[in-house]
Amino acid sequence: MSQAMAGAMQPPFPAERGIEVYNKKLGMWIFLASEVMFFAALIGSYVILRFGATGAWAKPGIVLSIQITAFNTFLLICSSVSMVKAYAAIQDGYQDKMKFWLLMTILGGACFVGIQVYEYIHLVEHGFLPSGVREGSHLAELVENGTLPAATMGLYGSTFFTMTGFHGFHVTCGVISMLYLYLFKALPGKYSPQDFGGIEVVGLYWHFVDLVWIILFTIVYLV
Amino acid sequence: MHWWLPPQGSTFAPDIDYMFTAILVITGITFVGVELGLLWFIFAYRERPGRKAFYTHGSTKAEIIWTAIPAVTMVIMGIASNGLWVKIKGRNSVPANAYPIGVHAKQFEWWFTYPGPDGKLGRTSPALVAKTTNPTGLDPDDPAGHDDLVVRNQMHVPVGRPVVAYLTAEDVIHSFYVPEFRVRQDVVPGMEIKSWFEATVPGTYELGCSQLCGLGHYKMRAVVTVHTQEDYDAWMQRTAKEKGEPTS
Amino acid sequence: MTTVAATAQAAHAHHDDRSFIQKYIFSTDHKIIGIQFLFLSLFFLMVGGLLAMQIRWQLAYPGKPMPLGNLLPETMAPGGVLLPEYYLQLVTMHGTFMVFFAIMLLLVGVYANFLIPLKIGAHDMAFPRINMASFWSAFASGIVMLMSLFVPEGSSRAGWTMYVPLSARHDYSGAEFGQEMWSISIILFGLSSILGSLNYITTVINNRAAGMTWFRMPLSVWALFITAILGLLAVPVLAGAAIMLLFEQILGTHFFDPAYGGQPILWQHLFWFFGHPEVYILILPAMGMVSELIANGSRKPIFGYHSMVFAIAGIAFLGWIVWGHHMFVSGMNPTLGSTFMVSTLLIAVPSAIKVFNWMGTMWRGNLRFHVPMLHGVAFVAMFTIGGLSGIFMAATPVDMFIHDTYFIVAHLHYVLFGGSLFAIFGGIVFWYPKMFGRMMNETWGKIHFWLTFIFYNGTFFPMHIIGMAGHMRRLYDPTIYDFLKPMQPMNEFISICAFLLYGSQIIFFVNFWWSMFKGKKASQNPWNDNGLEWTTPSPAPHGNWDTLPTVYRGPYEFSAPGASEDYLPQNRKLPTDRDPVLSPAAGH
Repeated sequence: MSQAMAGAMQPPFPAERGIEVYNKKLGMWIFLASEVMFFAALIGSYVILRFGATGAWAKPGIVLSIQITAFNTFLLICSSVSMVKAYAAIQDGYQDKMKFWLLMTILGGACFVGIQVYEYIHLVEHGFLPSGVREGSHLAELVENGTLPAATMGLYGSTFFTMTGFHGFHVTCGVISMLYLYLFKALPGKYSPQDFGGIEVVGLYWHFVDLVWIILFTIVYLV
Repeated sequence: MHWWLPPQGSTFAPDIDYMFTAILVITGITFVGVELGLLWFIFAYRERPGRKAFYTHGSTKAEIIWTAIPAVTMVIMGIASNGLWVKIKGRNSVPANAYPIGVHAKQFEWWFTYPGPDGKLGRTSPALVAKTTNPTGLDPDDPAGHDDLVVRNQMHVPVGRPVVAYLTAEDVIHSFYVPEFRVRQDVVPGMEIKSWFEATVPGTYELGCSQLCGLGHYKMRAVVTVHTQEDYDAWMQRTAKEKGEPTS
Repeated sequence: MTTVAATAQAAHAHHDDRSFIQKYIFSTDHKIIGIQFLFLSLFFLMVGGLLAMQIRWQLAYPGKPMPLGNLLPETMAPGGVLLPEYYLQLVTMHGTFMVFFAIMLLLVGVYANFLIPLKIGAHDMAFPRINMASFWSAFASGIVMLMSLFVPEGSSRAGWTMYVPLSARHDYSGAEFGQEMWSISIILFGLSSILGSLNYITTVINNRAAGMTWFRMPLSVWALFITAILGLLAVPVLAGAAIMLLFEQILGTHFFDPAYGGQPILWQHLFWFFGHPEVYILILPAMGMVSELIANGSRKPIFGYHSMVFAIAGIAFLGWIVWGHHMFVSGMNPTLGSTFMVSTLLIAVPSAIKVFNWMGTMWRGNLRFHVPMLHGVAFVAMFTIGGLSGIFMAATPVDMFIHDTYFIVAHLHYVLFGGSLFAIFGGIVFWYPKMFGRMMNETWGKIHFWLTFIFYNGTFFPMHIIGMAGHMRRLYDPTIYDFLKPMQPMNEFISICAFLLYGSQIIFFVNFWWSMFKGKKASQNPWNDNGLEWTTPSPAPHGNWDTLPTVYRGPYEFSAPGASEDYLPQNRKLPTDRDPVLSPAAGH
């Protein structure tokens, strides 16, 4: 029985040896490849539009809040660390530790989304929209006095909201998935050192989402 | 009913047609070979009682031959084509003495700007476009544009002289296309694209929009007249007078 | 020897106590899902064809009322005379339905799903529920796209290529809600495609039966596997582009608006970066299927199996670096034109290799011209024409002249219809017994083939000629141009052939539906083929096999010396065969 259990994380059997990776994990890696292409399309378009634009681009920090977002980035990275700790815990059989760290990851992710939503509301109030700067708003004044370049604000808004919006959507999906696993798999004790695929697979997704954010934070907020 | 390429009306038409025909010969030989081969196999190797298929998994020698020959052919074709491509569309392809004509495309008509006696086109800007009074957005502050002639749906060019079209679009992507000249260039809003040609045969031709641009795409047609130099000057004088522009 | 997993799956095959809804509607069985895709895609094939008939009416008889045209609303065809707005909707939706909902679903949705587990010796796909989600999202996508024709102002009308700014602005195209629905439908379709791809790739990598090594896999599986990788990586780019287009309309973004620094050509780069791998998605599975049909019909192994695999991979790989050949005259930097020309010419090479290898397979074979073989050979003959016409376009100076003319329309229909659709018809007939347990009628199959072949060539070959003469695409009324007026008789000839072509498909559809209930009952292996799917009953049962087969040889051992018949299934163990070497038991 234990031999069969040990085989549960391996490819189906008897069969050809595929890759030494069980189906769910292989499936997640493959899915992430498609996500790379999706974000590449959005980020690639941003790069082309920004560096192809004839006017100057808004300087960092004027429209977007670097401090709050830096904290948010730190939070997301921490949640990746807690995810690794959850994974390590269940590999060694520590159920309570795994549940704790998984919960921390969920909270970290949820806070990230919450802060992003707060930021969006704040930006829209100040007049920053996917279509650019709203007339009569605070940011419109900055455009008028030359602090912000009129010619490229439309592109700035379009690219900012699309890239970060889809990233936020992906984080939200991740939080919901982890919550589902937490409530219906982790808490009832369905994971074990022989069967923790869900944790590993959602962990892969979570690290990917974190990596995309690090790229976005750098090229959208800092550059 | 025309069964071949249109009549040649520009200096690069013969070059393009020659390339077309050369490709037709190469692909034609391949086509005949493959189709006749298939027909032969269909008859020679059809199932008959007592016959057995010849059991083989292939031939490395055959693979090498039918990989190498197409590969070499394609490389040669690429090298041969590139020279002509660079000549027509390359960055420095526009001849120095080319006569400039502004071509402004909008839904669903073509506006041509002739440079007038000073030989220079005035600056245009999308912001200045006014439907009836300034269809091409000519900038009144640019002196080079004061003698420019703006004409709707009529392109007039002198024969035997390189002409460079400065292509601009007001709304969506259109495409500048004169079959006999073999010239085609998409016209993109936000860009000014140069497309040159040299007409060789006087006569009347048609310019068609060749990129779907909306409901009126099918009737976005202009008439192209290729004049001898004298006729061209005469037309220019006539039109300038009609429009009250300076003739010299 | 069996593990818990295998035993559980075998038990699943024995006790099938699923309800009707679980079995046939919300099924997770890859075969049922494949059949669901088949019904969905055949429906859209008919719809796409119907749209084409109206296009051809307008081109042959511009301004004349169309028969049954009075059934259309005033907004589309008052008095039965098609309006330009409706004509452009027809053109756009014909392309959209045919590319995505007909051909892509027929090749991938149907045959990746139906064939992969059967041909590699698996009980089902790696992720059966994700598979079901893939079907239902495609279904939803199709409904949205179909409904877009019926909203106020009608569907999108910017061509299936959706060039901006025309497609992005209501005031330029005249379409608003219909255009937004196009984007939404494509996003849903993208989701379906990606979910499918991840299933096919995982299953082929990890779920092959013992002895089914990579180089014993049938070419149809190789082709579907590589196609799935193409789709996985290309479709997300389309999804991204469609999202950007949707946002341009509903959120007022400015990605493509030059007044704000946006770039119209960016859309073309994104679209064609997807679009070119897409056309290989539309042909590679067909090529894979044709290999099965021709090997079977020739009673001979595939000539150059390894070359065929490398050619598929070569086409897929090169397909990523040729997208600019759709953009030679777009205003893109001309230097890029040179680089894309080279890569495009090179992609002719692996395609040529395949054609020669199919001919090599037929050479000295014992050719049996059953309906699938007829279609397979027709594929080779017609795809050759389509591929060769592509060479004209690859040469940039020539493309300058034939871009956006009917020469291109001829090319694309030769590869998609003469190529993909002929392969699909052959595949449908070939695998019909495994799907439905009956044979399609052979005589009517042959009649359908010949009528289709004749009228198809009558429709599309002359398009090369009018294209060479300069006839542009997407024209509501060609007679506006003096130089096009003399071509009207040819347009009329093409249209008449097209009407007869569409009419001939009735034979196929009647044969398809009638045979499902009244066709001759099929044996387990009616075509005397070697693939694993023929080692299980017709139709294949839930779970495919109780015990998974073991594989001892490649899939094309026809007319092997020493075999008692002219075929030798992959799983038949001869005294000279050894058992496959399996991985040692786990820890693994």
